[in-house]
Amino acid sequence: MTYSKRLDGRGFEDIREMEAKVGVVKNADGSAMFRMGKTIAYAAVYGPKDLYPKFLQDPERGILRVNYNMMPFSGMGDRVRPGPSRRSREIGMVSKNALLPVINLTDFKNAVVDVFIELPQTDAGTRCAGICAASLALADAGITMRDLVASVSIGKIGDKLVVDLTYDEEAIKDMDVADIPVAVIPSTGEISLLQMDGIISKEEITEAIEMAKRACVKINKVQVDALKKKFEVKKNE
Amino acid sequence: MTEPKVKDNDVVVPGEELASGMGYLPGQGTYRDGDKIRANRLGLVHIDGRAIKLVPLAGRYLPKSGDVIIGKVRDVTYSGWIIDTNSAYRAMLSLKDATNAYIRKGADLTKFYSFGDYVVVKIFNVTSQNLIDLSMKGPGLRKLEQGRVITVDPSKVPRIIGKEGSMVSMIKTQTNCRITVGQNGVIWISGEPKNEIMAEGVIRKIEREAHVPGLTDKIKKELEKTNKGEQ
Amino acid sequence: MSNNHIASHVEKTLDKGMRYDNRKLLDFRKITLETGVSVNAEGSARVTIGDTEVLAGVKLDLGTPYPDIPDQGVMMVGAELLPMSNPKFEPGPPSIHAIELARVVDRGIRESGTIDTKKLCVKEGEKVWMMLLDLIPINDAGNLMDAFGLAALAALNDTTFPKFDSETEKVDYKEKTDKKLELSKLPIPVTVYKIGKNVIVDPLTDEEEAMDARLTVSSTEDGKLCALQKGGDITLSVEDIKKMIEIGIDKGKELRKVFESAK
Repeated sequence: MTYSKRLDGRGFEDIREMEAKVGVVKNADGSAMFRMGKTIAYAAVYGPKDLYPKFLQDPERGILRVNYNMMPFSGMGDRVRPGPSRRSREIGMVSKNALLPVINLTDFKNAVVDVFIELPQTDAGTRCAGICAASLALADAGITMRDLVASVSIGKIGDKLVVDLTYDEEAIKDMDVADIPVAVIPSTGEISLLQMDGIISKEEITEAIEMAKRACVKINKVQVDALKKKFEVKKNE
Repeated sequence: MTEPKVKDNDVVVPGEELASGMGYLPGQGTYRDGDKIRANRLGLVHIDGRAIKLVPLAGRYLPKSGDVIIGKVRDVTYSGWIIDTNSAYRAMLSLKDATNAYIRKGADLTKFYSFGDYVVVKIFNVTSQNLIDLSMKGPGLRKLEQGRVITVDPSKVPRIIGKEGSMVSMIKTQTNCRITVGQNGVIWISGEPKNEIMAEGVIRKIEREAHVPGLTDKIKKELEKTNKGEQ
Repeated sequence: MSNNHIASHVEKTLDKGMRYDNRKLLDFRKITLETGVSVNAEGSARVTIGDTEVLAGVKLDLGTPYPDIPDQGVMMVGAELLPMSNPKFEPGPPSIHAIELARVVDRGIRESGTIDTKKLCVKEGEKVWMMLLDLIPINDAGNLMDAFGLAALAALNDTTFPKFDSETEKVDYKEKTDKKLELSKLPIPVTVYKIGKNVIVDPLTDEEEAMDARLTVSSTEDGKLCALQKGGDITLSVEDIKKMIEIGIDKGKELRKVFESAK
């Protein structure tokens, strides 16, 4: 079967409407919100801060910890049980790995930077929105980093590759669906997150990554604008 | 030499291209990526001849030798005090660097500085692993009396202090408060409650608008206006 | 860690009839309330009080009733103190602080009888709605209790039942009915703090840390009390308690107006 028209009418390479805001959690050293369609991610950064118990410290470099959490009422259907699950821990880990390549850890030896990704509302692509928000929050916290990180999920529905799957698209029953979350370092085009579940050919995965890179250019622009907007001073103030 | 992509005082973000070609040199907060110079953090551009550097717009305090900071007593040991520095690293204030007075061995050190007390201290040594030694011997170094303690982004401290202390002196005079600004972003304000509120308000405004040119005049006008309103 | 320095200065400021942020002792900060903030929840609300921001969300799941009350639905309130919202909160299982917040909000709602759990029954002895209310802080700048209480009420009031298909006995969450959760009372908790000889409401973080004792007073629109909780390890006199209850009821009216005007 052919997926000839997307369920929400978007073009195959269109990302959902995006919105980003920096400085959304006042207590945090850095914070941001990133929205893709109905998926909303908050990220808050605390640190660098001291790390105890002491045996966790690394004298040669700082430690980055990423915690991913869906709020209990954020998902379609059943309530999400509070607290860590196997799923949330794995996503926290791959999100950390997606962010680590840009961060200069030697800046904070023996110390830790904590990133908390929280989802108040979800419609697929949560880890990607989380990574987009987290990289903004890290920049907002003044962490030394060579670039932001942009992330998007590429899907294969039937024989068609599409950008930024929704929950409804993931749940399509009469066609095979593959989901491929990708994170890109915009200045170099390097890939820092790649997962896939579904069935796909090796030619298609290359094309999917190229699509992700093109989409991430647009995402990066939204990120850059959001960071700069924080420092715009209203004329009448 | 091609023109840089940015100009003085532009806000730039990590990964942003600042210049291309080999005509410019990457300074603090930037890095070279092939023939390009990119931002390594969120900052304000400062172009000095051929060098492009960034002044940070955010970030936690990194302890530096010579800095005067406001710390908080966290614990007391045999030979001194452990001080919270509002950074990722705790510091040590040893007995001999705290006072010239004779303190008997085994004396109760909390009688001098107790848990939760705020102290103005000078950092005189930071090792490569960020072990920090503090001193209280020097002008202005002391235990703080009662006052409001607030925390600001340490990267905004230079603006709050101003050129040769001009900004903070102006706030002190106009609000009639005693104020001590620690390089670590901890600020102590002591005065009548309404004056403390005014002083904190102004400091928060400077923190928000630290990157805006002409800030001193703006703050001055605002303080004078508030003061007139009061009378 | 000890905060003697801050606590004594907070008290001294209050002694002069002033707050750290230029309020009077019994003034709340600016409050905002917004509902429908999370589309997958059956009901949701966002409340801000000054820099404090919280979310409340309601999920309606189908479950089996307790054997001793086969004709009644189940109500549960949880609070998760996200480490995102306050550097002092640790990841991990709910702290005693979180449990207290959730239970006090729960008691106010339950004891006021605002929700008729019999109306949550789908099929006696077999299927009932489980109403799961979760309270989440985004930024904790003091007074989570009152923010949670107001957000809880607004989220419940925003709650719409999803479609239950009696043939398949499944819930279609995508299809919302026009059946709303009915609230017969409007219970609102207000926490009154005692610091030295001063009594205040809506504390900032520094004021919370300077607290001697607090009393959360949940009341309904008819001025009746539906839950009380004393906190802090310093005693209150009967006079104190009387005064604090008056304030709690009085301020509850103010918060109820915020709720009504956002409806």
